[in-house]
Amino acid sequence: MSKSSLKQTLKDLDTKKISIRELNQDYLKRIKEKDNLNVFIHFSEENVLKQIDNLEKDNSAKKLKGIPIAIKDLFCTKSMPTTAASKILENFNPTYESFVTQKLLDEGSIFVGKTNLDEFAMGSATNTSFFGNTINPLSKENEPLAPGGSSGGSAAAVAADLCLGATGTDTGGSIRQPASFCGVVGIKPTYGLCSRWGIAAFASSLDQAGIFSHNVEDASILLQSIAGFDLRDSTSAKVDIPNYFENLDDDLNGKTVGIPKEYSIDGTPMEISQIWEDAIKVLEKKGVKIKNISLPHTKYALPTYYIIAPAEASSNLARYDGVKYGFRSDEINSLDEMYENTRAQGFGKEVKRRILIGTYVLSAGYYDAYYLKAQKVRKLIADDFNKAFKECDFIVTPTAPSAAFPLNEKQNDPIKMYLNDVFTVPASLAGLPGISIPFGKDKNNLPLGIQILGKHFDEQQVFNAAVSLERSYE
Amino acid sequence: MKIDKNTINKIARLSRIKLDDKESEDYIKDLNSILDWVEQLNEVNTENVEPLSNISSSILPKREDVSNDTNSSEEILENAPDKLEGFFAVPKVVE
Repeated sequence: MSKSSLKQTLKDLDTKKISIRELNQDYLKRIKEKDNLNVFIHFSEENVLKQIDNLEKDNSAKKLKGIPIAIKDLFCTKSMPTTAASKILENFNPTYESFVTQKLLDEGSIFVGKTNLDEFAMGSATNTSFFGNTINPLSKENEPLAPGGSSGGSAAAVAADLCLGATGTDTGGSIRQPASFCGVVGIKPTYGLCSRWGIAAFASSLDQAGIFSHNVEDASILLQSIAGFDLRDSTSAKVDIPNYFENLDDDLNGKTVGIPKEYSIDGTPMEISQIWEDAIKVLEKKGVKIKNISLPHTKYALPTYYIIAPAEASSNLARYDGVKYGFRSDEINSLDEMYENTRAQGFGKEVKRRILIGTYVLSAGYYDAYYLKAQKVRKLIADDFNKAFKECDFIVTPTAPSAAFPLNEKQNDPIKMYLNDVFTVPASLAGLPGISIPFGKDKNNLPLGIQILGKHFDEQQVFNAAVSLERSYE
Repeated sequence: MKIDKNTINKIARLSRIKLDDKESEDYIKDLNSILDWVEQLNEVNTENVEPLSNISSSILPKREDVSNDTNSSEEILENAPDKLEGFFAVPKVVE
């Protein structure tokens, strides 16, 4: 942990070892130096300086006062435009603040900018963005690597030390997979833990907000800040939010970890199987009971997801019609023509692909065969986890089937691209919390991630297992 | 082949997305390969399985039925590509 942590920075600010201005100027400098990574869709130094000015005049104590945070450009922010990385929202200036970003503002954090993502969070490499690729900060010169996606900009922002934490959203792996690719910590909490109010919707039965950070402790601090009940999101859960950080406990003695055999899949690189084994060995040494479990419907999770998510997306994205906000085509001889041209010119290729497939699987005559079938298989996948969690406290798997791959490698074959989410999608379908932590490297010295899954609303157990593995690895 | 030229035109129309010939060709190919791939779900016996549409384990909360004032029409219209006298403006729809 060479980069300064959020925890340490809070101490340094508290003891006046460093001022809010000095701290943020350091980050501003780095953001400008790393401009080539294309991490931010929106960055304004002036805006950051204004936030510093305001905080300097504010004498109240705030939990995250002065902490530089990067925001995925899927969260509506009043002070900065919000694009969802789409041309269709290129000039959209929200008149309201998302629940999550409001919480972070209330606690005094500073928004350094809006990070790049796959258009409407649809992708696994941050290469479907209208604003160009983000480059993984761990790339070697002349060999640009993908940061993963969809929250690739946020993962890269943390990895390049351009902020002390970042927000992300995860529908099928969009926090965990880029965290793995960029060598940072990324947590997707339980479906319903964080309100989605003000987050551009992709697939509403799956979307959830989460956090990227340098380490597990920082993630536990930040998740507590963005979680909470909100009447404006009907799926928001009324649960008590514990102080995850205060409760962190790396003593796992007597706990049981589930190891699902279905996550050993053909074609997974040796190194990934190896770090998985290493993690299991570490846990065993800590007195954790190893339990082989079975999640028999795992192989059906991806096809299930790629029916449900596009179906919901086709409905959610119907609102982008060139009437209320965003881009409108110039070729508008009739209302229908305006819709069709606006959406043809405003959406990118992958978004259109998903709208089309979603429209098809919901259309008359096909609904039962595809959408209803997928919802039934989803029930079986969720039941697999419910059964497994009767025998174990948490589950450990690899996060992604590969390390970061070269930019654009997987662009032409959609199914190959979808396979990136093979280890992250099942838990998304079941609504479970999951974290990815860096755990080992491959032969090219690129980070690999381990995923820890927990029971619904048992983020504490997920954090405890993660911090325990993290401390053993350092 | 499940998706042919007619089907893609129909879906594109339902989606209100104009496709040119080249795009139609590409999407016919993509969608067919995706649909072939997702059809492995037919291997799964789902007889008597309830479809899962909401994974939220919490009960939907009720709220007080009171009026509130969160958005002004000015704010709502702020991002509109075209507006006229307090309304969204669109191309003429009646002849």
